[in-house]
Amino acid sequence: MSVRTLPLLFLNLGGEMLYILDQRLRAQSIPGEKARKDEWTDVDRKRVMNDIITTMFNKKFMEELFKPQELYSKKALRTVYDRLAHASIMRLNQASMDKLYDLMTMAFKYQVLLCPRPKDILLVTFNHLDAIKDFIQDAPGILNQVDETFRQLIETYTSLSAGEFQLIRQTLLIFFQDMHIRVSIFLKDKVQNSNGRFVLPISGPVPWGTEVPGLIRMFNHNGDEVKRTEFTTDGNYVTPQREGSFDLYGDRVLKLGTNMYSVSRPVETHMSGSSKNLASHTKENIVPNPLAKEELNFLARLLGGLENKTPGGSETGFRLNLFTTDEEEEHAALSRPEELSYKVVTIEATQEPGRREELSRILGEMEVAEPRPASSGKGEDLLALMDGL
Amino acid sequence: PPTLSATRPGVSPRPLGHSPAPLGRSPLPTSAIPPRGGRRPRLHGNAGHAPPPSLPPPRSARHRPGGAPSWLRHHAATPSPWLRPTPSERGRSGDGGGGWAAGVPGGWPRGRVPGAAPSPRRMYRKEKSIQLKSSSAALYNNLSVLRLPGRQLACFGTVHGPSVNLVSAAADGLGFSHRQLQAKEGGMAVSTSILTQAAWCVLPSRVLLVLTSQKGIQMYESDGSIMVYWHALDVTEHPPGQAVFARGIAAAGGRFICVGTSSGLVLVFDIPHKGTNITVSEVLEQHHDAITDIAAELGRAPDGAGDLVTADDSGTLCVWSTGEEFTLLSKIPAFGCTCSSVKLWNGVVAAGYGNGQIRLYEAATGLLRAEVNAHARWIYALDLAPETGKLLSGAEDSFVHVWKLSRNPETNDVEVEHCHAECVTDTQVCGVRFCDPEGHSFAVTGYDLSEIIRYGQA
Repeated sequence: MSVRTLPLLFLNLGGEMLYILDQRLRAQSIPGEKARKDEWTDVDRKRVMNDIITTMFNKKFMEELFKPQELYSKKALRTVYDRLAHASIMRLNQASMDKLYDLMTMAFKYQVLLCPRPKDILLVTFNHLDAIKDFIQDAPGILNQVDETFRQLIETYTSLSAGEFQLIRQTLLIFFQDMHIRVSIFLKDKVQNSNGRFVLPISGPVPWGTEVPGLIRMFNHNGDEVKRTEFTTDGNYVTPQREGSFDLYGDRVLKLGTNMYSVSRPVETHMSGSSKNLASHTKENIVPNPLAKEELNFLARLLGGLENKTPGGSETGFRLNLFTTDEEEEHAALSRPEELSYKVVTIEATQEPGRREELSRILGEMEVAEPRPASSGKGEDLLALMDGL
Repeated sequence: PPTLSATRPGVSPRPLGHSPAPLGRSPLPTSAIPPRGGRRPRLHGNAGHAPPPSLPPPRSARHRPGGAPSWLRHHAATPSPWLRPTPSERGRSGDGGGGWAAGVPGGWPRGRVPGAAPSPRRMYRKEKSIQLKSSSAALYNNLSVLRLPGRQLACFGTVHGPSVNLVSAAADGLGFSHRQLQAKEGGMAVSTSILTQAAWCVLPSRVLLVLTSQKGIQMYESDGSIMVYWHALDVTEHPPGQAVFARGIAAAGGRFICVGTSSGLVLVFDIPHKGTNITVSEVLEQHHDAITDIAAELGRAPDGAGDLVTADDSGTLCVWSTGEEFTLLSKIPAFGCTCSSVKLWNGVVAAGYGNGQIRLYEAATGLLRAEVNAHARWIYALDLAPETGKLLSGAEDSFVHVWKLSRNPETNDVEVEHCHAECVTDTQVCGVRFCDPEGHSFAVTGYDLSEIIRYGQA
């Protein structure tokens, strides 16, 4: 519904993805001298993070992202993250990619649901970006890109009204509807119930701008207060201390969107007994969206995947496993319930060292010199751009 | 009416939410709903205290459609606090321990103090829920109820994505029939448009079911069987970068149906007694922000008070008098918060806002009469029972409150008092409706909830 939702969805999901990958890479990393050829080192980890972040904040990609548009379908969005995760030497099997995506989406769903005000979704986004900047603090080139996106966020969103933010939030909640995958870190922290639903506290600070419930004031025809009563409920709310900062730098106050993973806390999901209303899940895939194919191709290409002509796909990269053992990963792939399959076409992407050059080449080709026909709609723009590839 | 017991200090409290059975009355009727996973309810009889239960094992058997009729299925949503008995209540609750244990979140281990004193007598108690084919979307005013007293039926409607869940429930609670309608484009193609709202509009001569979506406005016969009218939204009216949708539905003036749009327009449709010859009689252009809700006078308006109120995203309210030509009577300015839901009764405007406040205004003058710090989060729905002046509010904070509006006959001041609160555990409420004009019973639904929870007189 809101045509300004996609950048927030993409950046927050991307942020969660980076938290998880960072945690897994650290957990599986071996000190440099001791590492075998196929084991992760700290250097590898930093390289993977840098590669992914660079791709994520690609200028052209961001430009396209920030254009007013409806949200992509779940399938289209999932493919974008597939590409993104493979923008480096790291490789993920289907099962690990599925798990990664489950974790990302449930984490952001949680954050959206628990945001005190709809506008606080922006603070959540800033938390993710602050953390991303931390990941790449020794790479000033990429830092610039991220700051640029930060500024664009501020420009686009700080002027929106509360009502428009609520529409964005409602659009996101529709996207996440009926997803109840259980995440063990949420279960342990008691923020998620065993049936997959999140715990909504009825205590704590009220949102900024809201009063603690209880007071009723009545006024006469002159506008004077003539009566005051109070009511009580089982809620236990308090006044908030301060508002988070919406500037480029500042204390966000809100903890949602900060990194909740650490090396010692495993990231597990439970596949059994997930979302109930799967009918609504699959219905979305049945209805054909004429533009979906273009979106898929366009973004996927932008991240340098589909047109790869090199044959064979020899595994020269490092494989990251989101499970504790390889056997677990295999088992997860086999036992994933049919209805939770993302139905993503697996593409044999190779991992040439010159990957980044590939992306630049594609991007370079997109700087089309000929004048484009006046576009009559979004589809026209995309097709025209694709013709130029 | 009694208010709830005060918050217990030092504890993050959860409402007890049980309905007391005062001495001398029979205990709660045993629920016929079998629990999930094949566990039978343990009926405690009058055993008195029972030890707090341990955490239930995760459910292995998932609910699947087909098989038992929908009303027999144990609902998948987090059970409401009504199903979570205190140890002192266990003896009286017919549902016993097994019934609630299946899939209950955390329960006791969350640090609650069990064995607390039972609440004073409550006005309402939870009744059997109605299962839905799909969960409710987090949209304003996402529950509509149509009562058909002659046929002892009540119909409920909530939207989810491109479709609306319609359920007809017999008064004896034994029969349910479901229907789902899809958002349509002008032609035969099924669109991917999202529905924003569904509401029954009761006019003297007929009842129409109105659906608003990103593409336009659909009107059906009240049972959803036949579409009688389709109005496509004019996309060019909206600047790029702005969402396009219709939202806000009300029957007005015994003859019109008013529907709002995201550009702030209110379309007035002239509805004939029967047939499909529906026309746009007028377009009201007083709002500059997306319309959120529209309400017609439910009681009797004093002179000059108007009979229609429209609300928008900025929080501005407009009061109108309906007719061949609609006249703007007053404009109540915004104070910085969205008004998501509005009701009009006996010349009093009741408005629910994004900061959790309910405000009452004189419709004729726009004067503020009462300010209630009602909810801790964004209010999503209001409803009003015209025979008694009871007001119902539901919000993202999981709470549903019942209030009583009245007018002091001497001073003419508007009074409001709190009557009752329900906490729908772990649910952001998005729709609330009274099920009868006196307000003896009401229905609630929430985001991601595949049921309509009903409450009746205790």
